[in-house]
Amino acid sequence: MNLAVEELQKKFPDVIREVKKGDCLTLICGREGFLEFIEYLKDQKGFVYLIDLCGVDYLNYPAKNWEERFEVVYHLYNFEAKELLRIRVRVPEDDCWHYSVVKLWKTADFFERECYDMFGIEFKGHPDLRRVLMPDDWKGYPLRKDYPLALSEEEEWEVYKELVKKNKPKR
Amino acid sequence: MEGTLIEIIKLVVAGLILMIVSVLHVAYLTYAERKIVARMQQRLGPNRVGPRGLLQPIADMLKLLSKELITPDGVDRPIFYIAPFISLVCGATGVALIPIWKTFVFSNINVGLLFILALSSLSAYGIILSGWSSNSRYAFLGGIRSAAQVISYEIAMGLALLSVVLMAGSLNLRDIVMAQIHSPFKIYAIPQIIAFFVFMVSAVAECNRTPFDLPEAENELVAGYFVEYSGMRFALFYLAEYFGMIVMSALAVTCFLGGWAGPFDVPFIPCFWFLLKIYALLFFYIWIRATLPRYRYDQLMGLGWKVLIPLALANLFLTAFIKLIV
Amino acid sequence: MGLAVEVNKKQVEDSQWSEPFYINMGPQHPSTHGVLRLFLELDGETIVNCDPRVGYLHRGVEKLAENLNYNQTIVLSDRLDYISSAANNVVFALAVEKLMGLQVPRRARLLRTIVSEMARICNHLLWLATHALDIGAMTVFLYCFRDREWLLNIFEKICGARLTHSYVRVGGVRLDFTNEIIDDLYKFTEVFPERILDYETLIDVNRIWLKRTKGIAVVSIEEAVNLGLTGPCLRGSGLAYDVRKYRPYDAYNEVEFVVPIGKNGDTYDRYRVRMEELRQSNYIIKQCLDKLPETEGEPVLAEGAPDLLLPDGLKDVVPKPHPKLGAIFKAQPKQWAPIGEAFASIESPKGELSVYLVSDGSNKPWRWRIRTPSFIHVAAIKHMAKGHMIADLVAIIGTLDIVLGDSDR
Repeated sequence: MNLAVEELQKKFPDVIREVKKGDCLTLICGREGFLEFIEYLKDQKGFVYLIDLCGVDYLNYPAKNWEERFEVVYHLYNFEAKELLRIRVRVPEDDCWHYSVVKLWKTADFFERECYDMFGIEFKGHPDLRRVLMPDDWKGYPLRKDYPLALSEEEEWEVYKELVKKNKPKR
Repeated sequence: MEGTLIEIIKLVVAGLILMIVSVLHVAYLTYAERKIVARMQQRLGPNRVGPRGLLQPIADMLKLLSKELITPDGVDRPIFYIAPFISLVCGATGVALIPIWKTFVFSNINVGLLFILALSSLSAYGIILSGWSSNSRYAFLGGIRSAAQVISYEIAMGLALLSVVLMAGSLNLRDIVMAQIHSPFKIYAIPQIIAFFVFMVSAVAECNRTPFDLPEAENELVAGYFVEYSGMRFALFYLAEYFGMIVMSALAVTCFLGGWAGPFDVPFIPCFWFLLKIYALLFFYIWIRATLPRYRYDQLMGLGWKVLIPLALANLFLTAFIKLIV
Repeated sequence: MGLAVEVNKKQVEDSQWSEPFYINMGPQHPSTHGVLRLFLELDGETIVNCDPRVGYLHRGVEKLAENLNYNQTIVLSDRLDYISSAANNVVFALAVEKLMGLQVPRRARLLRTIVSEMARICNHLLWLATHALDIGAMTVFLYCFRDREWLLNIFEKICGARLTHSYVRVGGVRLDFTNEIIDDLYKFTEVFPERILDYETLIDVNRIWLKRTKGIAVVSIEEAVNLGLTGPCLRGSGLAYDVRKYRPYDAYNEVEFVVPIGKNGDTYDRYRVRMEELRQSNYIIKQCLDKLPETEGEPVLAEGAPDLLLPDGLKDVVPKPHPKLGAIFKAQPKQWAPIGEAFASIESPKGELSVYLVSDGSNKPWRWRIRTPSFIHVAAIKHMAKGHMIADLVAIIGTLDIVLGDSDR
């Protein structure tokens, strides 16, 4: 493992909470001090490529032994060392925001917009945070675990309801 | 009194026949284009309607006649209705001036060449007015682009034709052909090869054909300046474009390729050589449509102003110089 | 007449001659390859600002996948990048196999590689056809589709479907190749290189093509990595990042191939990279076909793989009255994958397609995250289109190779 995990843990003791070694090295972090940590990884350690940024909702997860509901997961890649790194940041439900990394990677723009669209996690520092996949006036955050797979008739989208009413076949 | 009546009847009948024959030519030009482009793309083309698809243009015309004429909201109605007619009339009137065989030209004007050039300038009005009155951004953009393109390439075309006028000594189309027949080269395309090249390229640009068909590029502006037209009005624009092709080819044949003259006379068909040459040029138009990609707008304008106009001017000076010496 | 005069008056009074001109290349447009909406702010012909709006093809694949078991999600994966479906199936299967620790037999790995490369050729042929058509060369479109038809017919013999293949299963592939398919593929690999020459003679050195593609949308390597471009878009700028070489999967560490890279990072270089990739894919298919007889008689599905036709726990199934509804979708064994997470990525024809899977120990995934290349490339249009003209915008969308099913999921 080229990445010296002990060195990282000594340098950022409050940020890194856990280290896991599964299919790739996983660091479970908290939110405070996160921006300096990830900037250090990008500039000093050579993880220049952000493959993915997504959110996960852990409501009623059977193996859960932490209290925050959401997680924002980053996958970073180092071209020279050919190393994949996963960073999971825990985000609580009632204080649902996180730092934006758009200044470091322009690709995080659409990733963070999608995370906001699907989970409702706000990203502080994002220049233009609005819904990307759902219509602009949609209510609710679809990928949360308490959002149903199919909406009932009253909860349907207003625009769709009006269209159905307008085009009802006249007998 | 009786003489003039017979003259008038002869004129009207000749005009009618000319009109019907040219409209048939335009209709079957669309058929020929579809078939030839299809064969170049390794497919068959229309072959269902009639034997080998020969009734396809008639079917197209019937279809377009029976479509609903949609007028979008907010258009400028009088201009919207008139614009296709302007394009069509300016395109089609040129047919009347072309000498088809030795003794037949429908209207023998002494400034025939100038008249045709003026008509092609007028047809730019049809484009601008249709793009403006359609009250749609795409049509507006297409109209502006097309107008600028037509105006620029007209200059190159006019300069190329001026060299021919210098050599022939007259603006009358019949006299130009006679001068060609009596010249040592038989056709002006040989001494005026540069002017011929400039004229052909400008003609392709004047008719908004590929590779200069950006104003009506389906992929970018969704049919450009006639995007809001439907049914018969769309058919009129379409006809105007093909009429333009035929008139430009006829002009090229008249000025550069020797008009109706040929190596030997074919009995019963005095216009044989003329038609053959026109068909060859029309095949050339269709061929480059199937092969070449499209120029971007600024590259198109650059080609017209920076390449063709200097070439035509140089050719003009050269011709004048040689005429002075020889 | 009235309208024209009114507008004229407004402009003169305002004395703001340089008002921005907004145009909407709406969801329905012949050249945006799907339902992509671009909101452009123009200054004459030059684009000042471009705002891509997606979501018109959003079907909620990630949410749907949380309610289906692992083999059923393969069907969802076809519909992502529907032009090269076989490649999408592979990444879904890879993630589950990583989680469950399955060992895929060698024959299945070779078959998967062949099918992925066939999908790559299909995708690049369609890309070339639409890219050339947008720039105006109509004939290339029909030539490419002629060859794509051949490949789609072979796909039909392999898995029964031309477009949405669902050929790959968790643990291997669904069915073995017959001898007829192998002969067809050999014939294809022999004839295809001449066909590539056909396309190239039409446009490679054509002046108009060069003028339309050289110098358009130039990206440097740092900017490309920052924007998240992958696949041929990144390799056109000069970085040889190919997931098949950096994190090999399937049979890619057994075959030899070259990863083409470009120099300048403009549209013409990306075009050349993809044309070269067509030749390399052809070569990979030939090598895999040559290696197939060595694995004759091997199974094509791993042991312990969740099999769709005969799931475990069949004895507890209540037979359904309707003959077509099998026990397949109701008899779900309880424990399919251990609790944990897995990340798998492949080199799909468009870029890097990756899957992040979180499992809770049941037979349904807890979270399927699909990172598609087209989503990021759509975001990159905004940065690449600044300063170019509308006619170049079509070339840019073509060179980024966007498919909206891939972008919106």
